[in-house]
Amino acid sequence: MSEEAVASWSSAKAASDAGTAPVTEASDRADEWSGFAPGRWQQTIDVRDFIQRNVTSYDGDEGFLVAPSERTKAVWAKLQPYFQEEIRKGVLDVDAKTPSSMTSHEPGYIDRDNEVIVGLQTDAPFRRAIMPYGGLRMVEAGLMAAGFEPDPIVHDIFTKYRKTHNDGVFDAYTPEIMACRRSHIITGLPDSYGRGRIIGDYRRVALYGTDKLLAAKRAERALLDAKWPTDDVIREREELAEQMRALADLAVMAGNYGFDITRPANNAREAVQWTYFGYLGAIKEANGAAMSIGRISSFLDIYIERDMKNGMLDEGGAQELIDQLVQKLRIVRFLRTPDYDALFSGDPYWATECVGGMDLNGRPLVTRTSFRMLHTLTNLGPAPEPNMTVLWSKQLPDPFKRYCIKVSAETSSLQYENDDLMRPYWGDDYGIACCVSAMRIGNQMQFFGARVNLAKCLLYAINGGRDEVSGQQIGPAASPVLSDVLEYADVMAKFDTMMEWLARTYVHAMNCIHYMHDKYYYERLEMALHDQQILRTMAFGIAGLSVVADSLSAIKHAEVRPVRRDDGLIVDFEITGDFPKYGNNDDRVDSIAADLVSTFMRKIRKHPTYRNAVHTQSVLTITSNVVYGKHTGNTPDGRRAGEPFAPGANPMHGRDSHGWLASCLSVAKLPYADAQDGISYTVSVTPSLNRLDQGEKVKQAVKVLDTYCGQGGFHMNLNVLNRDTLLDAMEHPDKYPQLTIRVSGYAVNFVRLTREQQMDVISRTFHGDS
Amino acid sequence: MADEPWAKSRYDLRVAQSPDAPETAEFNDPRGDIGWIHSYETGSTLDGPGIRVVVFMSGCLLRCLYCHNPDTWHLKDGTRIPFERARTALEAYAAPLRAMDGGLTISGGEPLVQVHFTKRLFAAAKEMGLHTALDTSGFLGARADDEYLRQVDLVLLDIKSWDPATYRRAVGQEVAPSLQFAERLAALDKPVWVRFVLVPGLTDDPSNVEGIARFVAPMKNVEWVEVLPFHQMGTFKWKAMGLDYQLSDTPSPSSDMVARVIGQFREAGCRAR
Repeated sequence: MSEEAVASWSSAKAASDAGTAPVTEASDRADEWSGFAPGRWQQTIDVRDFIQRNVTSYDGDEGFLVAPSERTKAVWAKLQPYFQEEIRKGVLDVDAKTPSSMTSHEPGYIDRDNEVIVGLQTDAPFRRAIMPYGGLRMVEAGLMAAGFEPDPIVHDIFTKYRKTHNDGVFDAYTPEIMACRRSHIITGLPDSYGRGRIIGDYRRVALYGTDKLLAAKRAERALLDAKWPTDDVIREREELAEQMRALADLAVMAGNYGFDITRPANNAREAVQWTYFGYLGAIKEANGAAMSIGRISSFLDIYIERDMKNGMLDEGGAQELIDQLVQKLRIVRFLRTPDYDALFSGDPYWATECVGGMDLNGRPLVTRTSFRMLHTLTNLGPAPEPNMTVLWSKQLPDPFKRYCIKVSAETSSLQYENDDLMRPYWGDDYGIACCVSAMRIGNQMQFFGARVNLAKCLLYAINGGRDEVSGQQIGPAASPVLSDVLEYADVMAKFDTMMEWLARTYVHAMNCIHYMHDKYYYERLEMALHDQQILRTMAFGIAGLSVVADSLSAIKHAEVRPVRRDDGLIVDFEITGDFPKYGNNDDRVDSIAADLVSTFMRKIRKHPTYRNAVHTQSVLTITSNVVYGKHTGNTPDGRRAGEPFAPGANPMHGRDSHGWLASCLSVAKLPYADAQDGISYTVSVTPSLNRLDQGEKVKQAVKVLDTYCGQGGFHMNLNVLNRDTLLDAMEHPDKYPQLTIRVSGYAVNFVRLTREQQMDVISRTFHGDS
Repeated sequence: MADEPWAKSRYDLRVAQSPDAPETAEFNDPRGDIGWIHSYETGSTLDGPGIRVVVFMSGCLLRCLYCHNPDTWHLKDGTRIPFERARTALEAYAAPLRAMDGGLTISGGEPLVQVHFTKRLFAAAKEMGLHTALDTSGFLGARADDEYLRQVDLVLLDIKSWDPATYRRAVGQEVAPSLQFAERLAALDKPVWVRFVLVPGLTDDPSNVEGIARFVAPMKNVEWVEVLPFHQMGTFKWKAMGLDYQLSDTPSPSSDMVARVIGQFREAGCRAR
């Protein structure tokens, strides 16, 4: 931190410590709120109440949308050389000396005269920052992979004087957990990087300003001061102190850009700017695996509507605000390692934004700004970030539904999630963290937990706890399968025991991770934008669902003979006869898949969690299905060693042989109640074969989504692409810098995928004809 | 429910799945308890209105030079499926199909080879509230009595050529039965989509197209004429089955040719696409 920054931070802190009026005082109802319908949101921090009282639903079509402004185009033009160079070179620049914080860097600009919304992670675009609190090794590996020298002073500080989250976790891990990690049965754990999946309610910065937020935090703190200091209370007091410091720092950061965010935003431009500052503060300090922005469009729409009513803003100006916000969200960059990239390819950060959805009274939360947000994909071209998520309800206005489909067809940059399924669980002001994880914004967070390899677990069961690749004893020693033919009942009994062990080890590891993450890498700003009393979930995950379901189906319905190595290790399987495969709407195997989800969830729930978090589970792999497959031996379904798993909850490539409807219905059978952290499903459609006119196609696609959701389907990534495009893009990446592919829960630039992953995308079944 | 496997994708080669099945030519399917099915596909938007399940029956008496499913010519190529199993499988899609304004299309092969089985399946679909479509060449149209056609909401009628000599060359049979079936459907006012596969050098002669266009134009029951451009995606099947494929060097029609043929239909007064 520079001396000036320290000085200004201190003065801001002094100002805030001196005390502003509590939120409740009538005299403090600022002019910034004039024109808004009053309500509870004025007495207490309650953004949902503000939206409920002020939002203007829009049930028209996209006819009002306009092209990007000259200023927007100018900023975008400035950024293009960076994008192009990045494809060639990878990481363009890193500040290796300065651990990042809200106030660590001078303000940065792209094109100061044309930027309507300002703020960069460091002092220059595409200059990445280091965030060593998660783990120094990750930072140094990332630097070296990108061709930069680690800084010796930073190294000294974070080895001699300051412990990291990563160090803490490994102090608490057991040999058993280490072995599970090494053998890839539990993978991707956030034990050396930021856990992410926390959504600060960035809208609060705009609606209240940091002074009121600080006042509310002080009130929360007073309640804690009255409590007896148990471990929990002391921790929460310390966290609240950190949160208050974070709010003060945020005000300093904004002040450096010339804005006073201690007061509420006064107009639409400020509302966008304040909200973005909130998000920017978060991504300056937390290199989380997923850094969603939440559900901001319809909130911002209220400010835009007010300005328009007052004649202060026209449509061009409104679109400009949203376009320029999205430009900022598209150039978020974190320093990560090649290993990390192999797991989550394409440098994602999941700045997920949710549009659509219904409120609890049956009113659509679709506004003109929902359209404007989606329209950025037209104005700026397709892109994976921000991860645009449509909360789909059968009740959404038809013109909006049709517009979404149109944008999907043109950009492949949308994902759909079933609002009718989630609303009863999470209300009407939830957002999506990462790809499919729903959480109430501002009063719920999750402890992210990546996933376990269920296919490997099945192989451990068959091999008595030995790893099928290394031969080492990783799981508890037990009798391996001894028979010449795999017996369903025998394998199921062994598998059940092995899952029991895996679930226990998994929860154990997660408790260690999140204890240390809270201790050494607490997300002070994101949590400052939460209530003090929140719901915590602990999000577990499974990979390889379709491999296991098909394997068990093969064992049950066909004849599967194990092939043993000299030392008895079962390394392959001979299958005689056919068997039902997941993805064909065949209950004989779909029920196996659904039972697996519920069974593993049940086992997870048996073990108490850190901070009494509620156990949840996802069926999601992102792009890690390739890595999981690489580390997993031959499986009883006929999959060869090293072959990728299907992504998320998808059927295995090519085995869903009856078309997409069958496939959708199989996936829709997985129980959301036992997978409340989401069930990811990716569908690719090739448009070229279709003779229907555009209007008819759109109408049909709307029906398909309505029906899929009506059948209980949770999530759909919709890729509209054709094979030739992808093959050409593999050979000529420079021609397709913006080609976007949705891969299990998020969208990615195709040209950024590894060749292996590109082949995987291509070999995946093209569900033609639609 | 028996555990015999369903056929795989229609894109897979499947021959001689049921070596004990009767010969196709003599088969008269008295009861329709058993069907020989090549495969089924869900989610089609190309075989009738809305989103559809398409069942591909085995057995056909035509031998079209451009056939992309030569592995459906014989009953023996299909998988033996008890009627009840087919009905149950269809039922699993009934609700979503209704919601998507879709239904059941029976294609093949030639559905009318197994006339009683397909009639029962259509009747079952009607009971489920589904729209039904019969995809046929019309060559065996006489086998479908009026009661059969009452279970069918739409006929996708593949008129492969007008000129009898071209027809014989292209499919190895006579054109007359198809045309008689078309006239019967017109008399019954049964909705029809006429389909015409456009094969360069085989069916593309303007007079051949003109003949169909003039024949179809006055029929008020014909809702669409669909021009289907020939493609080579079925070639591998001919090669794998050791059949003599005569169209190896035939290109797909150019977009100009497709436009010309659609234009001919439209000029004659047909609603074509």
